[in-house]
Amino acid sequence: MTAVAASLNDADADLIATAAEAPIALRTPSVGRPLLYGALVLCALLTLLPFFWVVSGSLRGLDEFRSDPGAWLPRHVTLDNFGRLFRTEGFGRFLTNSVLVALMVVIGNIVAASAAGYALAKLEFAGKRLAFGAVMAAMMVPFTTVFVTQFVITVDMGLADTLTGIALPGVALPLSVFIMRQYAQSVPDELLEAARIDGAGEFRIFFRVFLPLAGPAVATITIMSFLNSWNNFIWPLIVAQSTASYTLPVGLAATSQAAQHVTDYGLVLAGAIVVMLPVLVLFLFLQRYFVQGIAGSGMR
Amino acid sequence: MTTTLVPGARRRARNSRRTAVAWLFLAPFAVVFLLYTAVPTVAALGFSLTDLRGSDLRHPLAVDFTGLDNYLRLFQDPTFLRDILNTGVFVAVGVPSTMVIGFALAVALNSGIRRLRGVFRTVFFAPVVTNVVAVALIWQYAFNAGGTVNKALGYIGLAGPNWLDDPHLAMPVVILLGVWRNFGTAMVLFLAGLQAVPEDVYEAAALDGAGRWRQLRHITLPLLLPTTLMVSVLLTVFYLQVFDEPYLLTDGGPLGSTESVSLYTYHQFGSGQLGMSSAASFVMLLLVLLVSVVQFRLLRPRT
Repeated sequence: MTAVAASLNDADADLIATAAEAPIALRTPSVGRPLLYGALVLCALLTLLPFFWVVSGSLRGLDEFRSDPGAWLPRHVTLDNFGRLFRTEGFGRFLTNSVLVALMVVIGNIVAASAAGYALAKLEFAGKRLAFGAVMAAMMVPFTTVFVTQFVITVDMGLADTLTGIALPGVALPLSVFIMRQYAQSVPDELLEAARIDGAGEFRIFFRVFLPLAGPAVATITIMSFLNSWNNFIWPLIVAQSTASYTLPVGLAATSQAAQHVTDYGLVLAGAIVVMLPVLVLFLFLQRYFVQGIAGSGMR
Repeated sequence: MTTTLVPGARRRARNSRRTAVAWLFLAPFAVVFLLYTAVPTVAALGFSLTDLRGSDLRHPLAVDFTGLDNYLRLFQDPTFLRDILNTGVFVAVGVPSTMVIGFALAVALNSGIRRLRGVFRTVFFAPVVTNVVAVALIWQYAFNAGGTVNKALGYIGLAGPNWLDDPHLAMPVVILLGVWRNFGTAMVLFLAGLQAVPEDVYEAAALDGAGRWRQLRHITLPLLLPTTLMVSVLLTVFYLQVFDEPYLLTDGGPLGSTESVSLYTYHQFGSGQLGMSSAASFVMLLLVLLVSVVQFRLLRPRT
């Protein structure tokens, strides 16, 4: 196969390979292809421009920002901004808070969504339609509508300005339940029936038969809920009232407001990188699950 | 909740024990749903019919019931009307641009290119997972008076403005951030839709001599109609609630030119006007429900 491919020129080999995979290649005249690639590369570069700005900006020294704030490239590459960032008071605290909140949210979602999704897909019970209706309704109620009363409830429970108060509303996301239910429906009933005939109880079936099969759905839920928690801004902004409970995004926004008077963009952009990096690295390795999660939000 | 279930449980479920077990499975989600969705929604409706202030929360029973007063005041408040208009602009510009870009990229990635396809998909989806606070800071840095964008404009002899301080230019920059963050979502949903179109339909059309444009117009677009409707409703609901972008870039300014309805709710909340804030938030709920109902009406006959 490789020998045959090598004997052909590149364009032909590409055409054959594509045609073998999808007949759509028939519709694409070869003249259009370089144009298509050109357009895609241009779009990709435009999409990546903000990432370029943040990396380039974070590597410039304070003096360079003063003399030429908008320069595209650093004259002298320096990691000084990152050093100053980690010496900034509270930054380590914000990072720890974000990790702790994300941990609560992810564990909560795995527990709550796998159980609820399994019940909605595989168990017959009174109130099933009502419960599924609640999941759909929860996805539709806008955050704008509930955040004020959610805040009042959080205060009433004595959870204002605590990490638990920040994490709690996110520990059972309806999207996670929905994704798990869709997945559970694809698990064959025969498997569960066989266990039932063997006399296993529902909890045993759930833990021993269903959960070991649910790996991909658990992965998707883990990613989605982590993303949700890590990137969440408005809710932590409302609940966190002292810097001790700031998460990374809230701390970063506060740092930037403080830094604006001295236009310390280097520090702020270094902070932006620290906030963005964990998710981007995860995304590069696990993008399949990110995409599944987003497609799941389409409620198909 | 359980009291309403008991009679139904006796009739429908094979046995009530099974129902009890199922609700045990549902309990963690149900508790969070009640506490953070059901109760807050009902409470928001209640708050919106009173003149509740932040300082009243310690003795809420003493608060006056004012009926629909807050709603009447809302629709006479020039600030709220302006914010509805602003939100309309977000939706009217944001939704079509996000969809057109997402659709074009999905078609391009699905049209027989093989090399770098995964790389392109990764790149176009990356903004979706990127932290909005971080990106907003980059945006501020780039669109500042002496920022990177103006520096680039300077190369071609143009003097750039201070984008985010100009009431006419701030909105386009804020929308640009919204579109940049969302077109990847539209692209992924369209790609999923495109991949569900059976390939022999295209083969047959190609044999009948239909060119690429005719295939796009007469096969792809009609077959993708359900996906298109879904993406459009999803984005409409999203842009209706737009908060992060205008809050972080301009806090609704300059001169309120980028203040959305969500931001109005937040600002009323911040100034202790919980009654007014809740009324505005309920207008948002009605708008989102309206859009969702229209979605189900349009999609049902087809799916």
